[in-house]
Amino acid sequence: MTADFALTASEAARPPTLGRPIVGPRGPVAAAQTAPKVVIKDVRFYYKQFEALKGINLVLHDKRVTAFIGPSGCGKSTLLRILNRIYQLYPGQRATGEVLVDGRNILEPGQDLNLLRAKIGMVFQKPTPFPMSIYDNVAFGIRLYERLTPGALDERVEEALRRAALWEEVKDKLRQSGLSLSGGQQQRLCIARAVAVKPEILLLDEPASALDPISTQRIEELIAELKSDYCIAIVTHNMQQAARSSDYTAFMYLGELVEFSETEALFTHPREKRTEDYITGRFG
Amino acid sequence: MQSGGLYARRRAVNAVYLTLSWTATGIGLAVLFLILGELLWRGIPALSVDFFTKETPGPGSTGGGMANAIIGSVFMTGLATLVGTPVGILTGTYLAEFGRGSRIAPAVRFVNDILLSAPSIIIGVFVYGLIVVPMHGFSAWAGSAALAIIVVPVVVRTTENMLGLVPGSLREAAVALGAPQWKVIVMVAYRAALQGMLTGVMLAVARIAGETAPLLFTVVSNQFTSLDMNREMASLPVVIFQFANSPYDNWVDLAWGGAMLITLSILLLNIAARLLASWSNRTP
Repeated sequence: MTADFALTASEAARPPTLGRPIVGPRGPVAAAQTAPKVVIKDVRFYYKQFEALKGINLVLHDKRVTAFIGPSGCGKSTLLRILNRIYQLYPGQRATGEVLVDGRNILEPGQDLNLLRAKIGMVFQKPTPFPMSIYDNVAFGIRLYERLTPGALDERVEEALRRAALWEEVKDKLRQSGLSLSGGQQQRLCIARAVAVKPEILLLDEPASALDPISTQRIEELIAELKSDYCIAIVTHNMQQAARSSDYTAFMYLGELVEFSETEALFTHPREKRTEDYITGRFG
Repeated sequence: MQSGGLYARRRAVNAVYLTLSWTATGIGLAVLFLILGELLWRGIPALSVDFFTKETPGPGSTGGGMANAIIGSVFMTGLATLVGTPVGILTGTYLAEFGRGSRIAPAVRFVNDILLSAPSIIIGVFVYGLIVVPMHGFSAWAGSAALAIIVVPVVVRTTENMLGLVPGSLREAAVALGAPQWKVIVMVAYRAALQGMLTGVMLAVARIAGETAPLLFTVVSNQFTSLDMNREMASLPVVIFQFANSPYDNWVDLAWGGAMLITLSILLLNIAARLLASWSNRTP
């Protein structure tokens, strides 16, 4: 139930627990704290009458990756969908509390949601290429808010595709439909599309769950690379992935934030019994 | 393999249903090919240069063609499609994209369904009262209006259904990039639904190209070629209706030729629409 934002010295010094913790080959080193980018305060979320999130408090740091783990239906994706207010597309869904992005509460009425969403990129579980060419897929978001010369637009598209590690595979077929790509390529296309608009925050909702191991690895490498520029939040069912690619990890269960700390600490010395049970595979 | 009996039973059931499916398909196709065969058998001999260049013959005279009816049909069908399609697409878009959760949308949908299944002769009588009586005469305006009224509900229905098939994830992806709703609809949803929407328009064209009853009440026919919208105009269905019942052999032959021409035109239109849609999907 506790949701601390940082480990205290005494907690870090706790003896290791009996469960066999899962730690990636290069568990991220607990880096120095960076500026908080998103501050989530007592956020509750309702699908009609059902309370899906029961008062979440947490901070997303700039230039850091925060992973959200937990069993299906625990509210991880819901929390992500609050951050760009995409839940607003559906009547009957509402959020209370405060989500401060750079100090401004985005849950307040009167926000320009389109501008907000342009600032917060999102990649979904299933690849969602638009029914248009690879080039137009990437240029879609750029064209919404910027007037560029054709040459400048070409450069931005190439830059985004390079960042998403897709350029070499598609540079000769930019005019082909985005739907003609393989699943892993489509997902990288969606990541390219999201980073092309130069957002400040990147939300990844199980971006690799539908992909093969090689594509998954590429996407994890990509996350590691994009981290230097963005505040990244990633929802994942894959605990190794969380351990490998994140700086902070939040464990959620039944709409509550059970534990939130630096990734290495959470996987090696979980403070909560439920966290330990989950990461050691005893439930979930 | 203890369940050998169950497996044998499933195989038998499968065989029975497969046979039934094949039989039903066979009956449907047989009827279709009987009609098409008869049409080609009787229609092809009627086609000649005269068929396309000469006007409909008077009673007792020999030869003649369908030029005035072909021109009139193309003219009125085209005008009705041009007027009815935008109305239908916009209404369908409202129902699929904006009307969710509103109270007006179900009413609009209900009225549209009634219009869709209304006998076309009722629409003819309606336009007779609306346009023919006040204008003191039959006119191509009235005929086109009646056909346009038939186009609208077909296009509304297919547009709504096709937009409904566009996955919500695609819309979410566009919204997450900061696209305003109208851009999501025009640039993403329409593109994804293009083929189905085009098919809907083609269905509507096919429907009105063969409509006779509403034209009998609104434009009647014309023995001569006319492009005057304020006067009677010939059309293929009405001429076929008149000629097929006549005692003159050359009239009956012309009616067969006209029937075949309508059928072939619709076939070609459908093929063209499909080619167009698949082509535009590949290289937008």
